[in-house]
Amino acid sequence: MYRYDEFDDTFVRERVAEFRGQVARRLSGDLTEEQFKPLRLMNGLYLQLHAYMLRVAIPYGTLSARQLRQLAMIARKYDKGYGHFTTRQNIQYNWPALIDVPDILSDLADVEMHAIQTSGNCIRNVTSDPYAGAATGEVDDPRVWSEVIRQWSSLHPEFSFLPRKFKIAVTASDEDRAAIKVHDIGLRLYRNEEGDRGFEVLVGGGLGRTPFIAETIRAFLPERRLLSYLEAIMRVYNRHGRRDNKYKARVKILVSVDPDDFRRQVEKEWEKSDKDRLDAPLEELLRIRRHFAPPNFEMLTQDSAALNDARRDNEEFNRWISVNSRAHRQPGYAIVNISLKPIGKPPGDISADQMDAVADIAGRFSFDEIRATHEQNLCLPHVKKDDLFAVWRALDGAGLATANIGLASDIIACPGLDYCDLANARSIPIAERIAERFADPRKAADVGELKIKISGCINACGHHHVGHIGILGVDKKGEEFYQITLGGSGAEDASIGAITGRGFSSSEVVDAVDRLVDFYKDSRKPGERFLDAYRRLGAEPFKEALYGETSH
Amino acid sequence: MKAITANRLSDGAVLYVGDDESFVDRFEQARLFEPGEAEKVLAQVLNRKTAIASAYLIEAEATGPIGREALRETIRKNGPTVRRDLGKQAELINERL
Ligand code: SF4
Repeated sequence: MYRYDEFDDTFVRERVAEFRGQVARRLSGDLTEEQFKPLRLMNGLYLQLHAYMLRVAIPYGTLSARQLRQLAMIARKYDKGYGHFTTRQNIQYNWPALIDVPDILSDLADVEMHAIQTSGNCIRNVTSDPYAGAATGEVDDPRVWSEVIRQWSSLHPEFSFLPRKFKIAVTASDEDRAAIKVHDIGLRLYRNEEGDRGFEVLVGGGLGRTPFIAETIRAFLPERRLLSYLEAIMRVYNRHGRRDNKYKARVKILVSVDPDDFRRQVEKEWEKSDKDRLDAPLEELLRIRRHFAPPNFEMLTQDSAALNDARRDNEEFNRWISVNSRAHRQPGYAIVNISLKPIGKPPGDISADQMDAVADIAGRFSFDEIRATHEQNLCLPHVKKDDLFAVWRALDGAGLATANIGLASDIIACPGLDYCDLANARSIPIAERIAERFADPRKAADVGELKIKISGCINACGHHHVGHIGILGVDKKGEEFYQITLGGSGAEDASIGAITGRGFSSSEVVDAVDRLVDFYKDSRKPGERFLDAYRRLGAEPFKEALYGETSH
Repeated sequence: MKAITANRLSDGAVLYVGDDESFVDRFEQARLFEPGEAEKVLAQVLNRKTAIASAYLIEAEATGPIGREALRETIRKNGPTVRRDLGKQAELINERL
């Protein structure tokens, strides 16, 4: 894992001290709320419906057991005993008092964490593949490059006041688990035909009011040229991004107007830049790379007799393995996904006791490492197959053994009107009710992969545009209504879902989803996913299933 | 009628303006104003800069918030609908126990 150097530590400590002073000046009245608000936002502190909300960055989703234990301690000491994992691999606390936040930030700094760059018009916390360093077929550990970007973007003077917030995602696998095509910049590291490693650079993806899939701006960028190229993109954006209209200020708008022109401008900017000065020096890359050296894996055979026996003897365990575990690059190891979507509970929420339990399990069985996923789950990246049964038992004991990764009840949902100041409608209760509808493991397995994503307003924190079934809460004369979109995907086959038609009331929407799923089950080819059936059949028959003949 | 609601500066908690223009925690203790008077009192409340982070008017009757923002304001008044053990609804239960 990356460890802070002295510079990082001093910098974070100084920021805590600075914020402590700012809070004191706000409390004494020396600062007005208008003056203070941008300062607290720069430190990840929002004001929501019931209380403040603190968003803590988890750089590229990687956590140590020690850090997770500290997050648990903070939840217990300063909050109401739980935290909420977001769709950008961050964690949010829903009830911190302003007067405690400087202490919370100081406790975070003790474990090399902070809440900087989780808000405001800067380059936000970088997202990456939660299976980094463990995935089969990965060409490099994407966290190396995520860390390079983190260091470059942290308080880059030129990019601290961009036209709008800016989000970067990095993957080094063909399978996209970081939603790179819906980020402002998406980076896919791969090997070209000559065997050289480089990035496909995508720009201009994003959700919200006007969703776009990112355009490939450069098909192959030699990896050592990453920073100079990113710098060129940011320069063009900073120069031409609109500052007059918040809704048109994201880079996606600039790219969508004329992708070729944007590409030309970036190339021109890059050509004339002093690349050797801007790109990370080799020694620095090597220093960072050393932090992500693979753990001391044991030399094992791929097959585990202990695992096979346990699977045969225990049906529930067997199901959990099939649904929640993934292949690991190291023989005899597996990646374990921990679902934070227990049926009928708020997606992404985790209690302090559960955080401690996961930290203990990671300490014993996964080289101390935990990952947060953008689908609001956790993951233990390196578990020996021989240990999987013990891990399952321990997770089950903590109420964390729900076997539903990628299934209908593994729903992404933003906090919505239960917490969020900007919401039009509630998201969580809809997620809970849909999950209950698909709670039966046999039913869920029969439906197979189905990504349902729910947002409580058009800001789309719940990524509804890229749900196979997306649900957007809207306000219709004071009533909650839910608009359904179909055919979205945030993975390597990314697409933006299409709106089906009129919205559904809160009491209708779960049945509406059920009708879509029933139609899919009746119409699919063997082995065909919901998304693929939708893409093959088109929107019309699904709309008919939703609205009946009356839609014509 | 109107009520005046706010978020307390120190912890963000939901407040209302009660009798004699003091802040109260519970909607049940909130004072209801005629629109004209509500505006005037709100202006005074907004001056109490070290007490609150924000304040605004809501439509309300004695029974609770009404109108377009009724759901949002009812959730603020009670707490998250998905966690009955949190927010003001939980405080009320604890008091009754
Ligand atoms: S999508 Fe809207 S309601 Fe949901 S968390 Fe984001 S801003 Fe709030």
